[in-house]
Amino acid sequence: MLERLRQPWPDRRAELLLGALACAVLLIIVLMVVFVAREAWPTFRHNGLSWLGPGGNVDSQIGTMVNGGRDFHLRAWPLVWGTVLTTGLAVAFGLAFALLASIFIVEFAPDRLRAIIVPVVRLLAAVPSVIFGLIGILVLVPFVGNHIVTAGQKKSVEFVVQLSGASLLVATVILTVMIVPIMIAIIVDALYAVPRTWKEGAVALGVNRWRAMWTVSVRAARPAIIAAAVLATARALGEAIMLSMVSGSVGFAPNPFDGPLFLLEPLRPLAATIVEDAESLQAPAVRSSVYAFALLLLFSSLFLSLAGFLAKQPMKKYGARI
Amino acid sequence: MITDDRTTDVSTTTPDAAGPPPPIRKIVVDAPPTVAPAAHTPVGHAATGGAPAHVRGEPGPERMALGGLSVFYGDNEAVKSVSLSIRLGEVLALIGPSGCGKTTLLRTLNRLTELTPGARRDGTILLEGTDIDALEVTTLRRRVSMVFQQPNPFPMSIFDNVAYALREQARKRPGRAVVEPLVEDALRRAGLWDEVKDKLDAPALRLSGGQQQRLCIARAIATRPEVLLMDEPCSALDPRSTLVIEQLIGELRQDLAIVIVTHNMQQARRVGDKVAFMYLGDLVECGPAEQIFDAPQAQRTRDYVRGAFG
Amino acid sequence: MAVATRPPKRHESIATWRWGDRIAFALCWAAGIGLCLIAALIVGYMAIRGIQYLKPSLLWSHPSGEVDQSNSGGFLDPILGTVLLTIIGIGIATPIAVATAVWVVEYGRPSWLARAVESGIEVVAGTPDIVLAIFGLALFQQGLFGWMSFTAEGGAVFGRSFLTAGAMMSLIALPMVYGNTREGLQAIPRHVREASYGLGKTRIATIRRVLLPAVKPNISTGAALGMGRIAGDTAIVVVLLGATLRLESEGSVPGANVLKGTGSTLTSYVYNNSPAGEGNAAEKAYAAAFVLLLVVVALNFAVDLLARRGAQTGLEGTRLGAGR
Repeated sequence: MLERLRQPWPDRRAELLLGALACAVLLIIVLMVVFVAREAWPTFRHNGLSWLGPGGNVDSQIGTMVNGGRDFHLRAWPLVWGTVLTTGLAVAFGLAFALLASIFIVEFAPDRLRAIIVPVVRLLAAVPSVIFGLIGILVLVPFVGNHIVTAGQKKSVEFVVQLSGASLLVATVILTVMIVPIMIAIIVDALYAVPRTWKEGAVALGVNRWRAMWTVSVRAARPAIIAAAVLATARALGEAIMLSMVSGSVGFAPNPFDGPLFLLEPLRPLAATIVEDAESLQAPAVRSSVYAFALLLLFSSLFLSLAGFLAKQPMKKYGARI
Repeated sequence: MITDDRTTDVSTTTPDAAGPPPPIRKIVVDAPPTVAPAAHTPVGHAATGGAPAHVRGEPGPERMALGGLSVFYGDNEAVKSVSLSIRLGEVLALIGPSGCGKTTLLRTLNRLTELTPGARRDGTILLEGTDIDALEVTTLRRRVSMVFQQPNPFPMSIFDNVAYALREQARKRPGRAVVEPLVEDALRRAGLWDEVKDKLDAPALRLSGGQQQRLCIARAIATRPEVLLMDEPCSALDPRSTLVIEQLIGELRQDLAIVIVTHNMQQARRVGDKVAFMYLGDLVECGPAEQIFDAPQAQRTRDYVRGAFG
Repeated sequence: MAVATRPPKRHESIATWRWGDRIAFALCWAAGIGLCLIAALIVGYMAIRGIQYLKPSLLWSHPSGEVDQSNSGGFLDPILGTVLLTIIGIGIATPIAVATAVWVVEYGRPSWLARAVESGIEVVAGTPDIVLAIFGLALFQQGLFGWMSFTAEGGAVFGRSFLTAGAMMSLIALPMVYGNTREGLQAIPRHVREASYGLGKTRIATIRRVLLPAVKPNISTGAALGMGRIAGDTAIVVVLLGATLRLESEGSVPGANVLKGTGSTLTSYVYNNSPAGEGNAAEKAYAAAFVLLLVVVALNFAVDLLARRGAQTGLEGTRLGAGR
């Protein structure tokens, strides 16, 4: 029997075995959706669609659940809104920053500076999120809390939240820095891949370097820019550890109509909530709610992949490289 | 435009073993090319099958003058002290074997060699009396346009391609109403208007190779440059498109000075008014096309034209 | 040879540009310089604090039992935890990833299945690690997987252990190894395979003897990338490894008891000792974070080295290469 195993395998058997392993990946994804959805179902059944809406203090709702209450009542809007805010702002600023930096790397940087920046970007991409969180919580949060937030501001809202410095501002800034390297790597590759003939043609028409880069190369690299934005959004959505350290850990929905205070208010995105409630999963209500958060994140990232794929399709016809 | 439907019977022309140079093969396209006559009266056609397709008129004023131009790539002298004159109404054809420096010379005229690190230039190049180094390089390239070997339309619509230079060069981006007539004029002069007037917003990359190259020509002439540089514009195209573009050159030279680099001697003979033969960076001989091909004065020119090398 | 008298003017004068273009130019420079500054600040600050607080004794002493770490104890256990988790994670991920890449590139029938597998890997790559962690918890708390972690008398499976955390970590490393292996396989020209088939070798033999050795650099690069990600991940550790600072073994089988047990890693140690966790010992957190940063930078450096060496000793260097 061992002899048979030792002899060279027929192709068919090898193909089936390898194919089975490959399909294991698909199986894992299916299992993931099934398990998470199954655990999340009770809270949706209880709350219905208003699960996503506002209503009451989400922290106290979770608190009662942790204490063993059987009530599944939850209105997760502050958490959803916190996620939308941090992700949206970080991707918006990050994309602009990454695009400008990429153009700098490809077109304007002197050779020696370029040789430094490329490893720097790779290094930044590799820094673990807990280190970003550490710097945030030990440096930026006290700085904002002591120097940017005024005593008057703190007093004005002290019945609702504590303005300790852990805020939307710090969260967005650090999250932007975290997702920028990913985007730069993708966009720079795409800009380099634009055929030289296009660039030469634009320059030969008397167009200056910036305009040639912007109107031809960046335009040709639009699918890659979209891919970079999608990837960065997925990363920002799923960031749990850093955000749980710097965003304030309060289930509060920052109000844009508060003016400058808006940036200084604390919040807690979905992923951070999952991390913080991960210890209390014995209580069935908490368990179901936490899995519901996870399900929301899962569907968001699936949706993002699909959206990115669809967005690239219409660009193919103009010959932009995919 | 009438073209005879006939092909030359090649078998009747037997090359002599050690005598006169081999005859120039003549290829006639049997369908009439679709170049619109537009505002210009067509000056001679392919009815005579391969003979010079235009009448050589009087050349106009001098547009560019090269004085002792030398170009170095590092230590390698690619162009050695060349002096030439480029005139309005005249097509100057640069011929020579590979590596003789003709493309380098062409690219120096609009300072495109500056994109290559390590490239240096010596001597003078004057555009209408002004040294081109004294001009802002973007201004220079608006007055001296270039068409490349490989058609390189941008990944945009046809309209946007032709309007590109017009829009990007202006101080304030001109509206579509301002740009439209200029685009139409450029496309007409390039002989492409009839074929694309219904699909101006279609992607430019969907055009055929010959159409793309004509689009690139339209794009280059949209801003009314004074000099048009063409770097082997037909080498990537089929014979029919080549013929169309050669006729185009014949019409365009009335408004522009054209410098064309070609490795195809027959093409140089067909389109060139003046021909400059270069060899290993030196300008060996420069003169009217008939002189270069029928009565070359330098021995090397004689050898090259005869096909002894290159 | 003429002496060049005029220096080449490489850059056009920006004075002729439109105002908007000039602003954009300045912004590009600002972005580039800003990026370097931010990176320098982060690395510099971590280095300063790390050197300030890191004593070599910390590296090999166990964490003290108390919750408050500020007075005593080192982080030997977290370091061991990181190493153990990385080994488990990459050990599971590499065979599966390589097998999948081989199947997709070399077989790939039916083609819709191959495309589905490709998309599947991308989905896994895009899934947040916290979702993977929660999924792992749900999965491994099933009675079926009781052997992987602590099981209480009542039958409740704890679900947290090095094995379970390692299994989920493998999902994080999987896309990296898969991507690099697949690229390496696709880069091998067809004539290499055809030469092998022409000699009468089966496809699987070709893969084993010819293709896999050729893509070893790619696999190594992918594995190093994956290890970097595993070492830096915190969410899965916090959820699936429990909160014990020391390595707590589970069960009686030597070796397996450590795997079934819980512990901590450098990342969870930093998290717990920061103001966000319970430890509240910032000095320890800085020291451990510095060590973590060094580990990740070293892995990054290794990736660079491997990639460069792989390029040199690629197929060209083997007997099958074109330049013999």
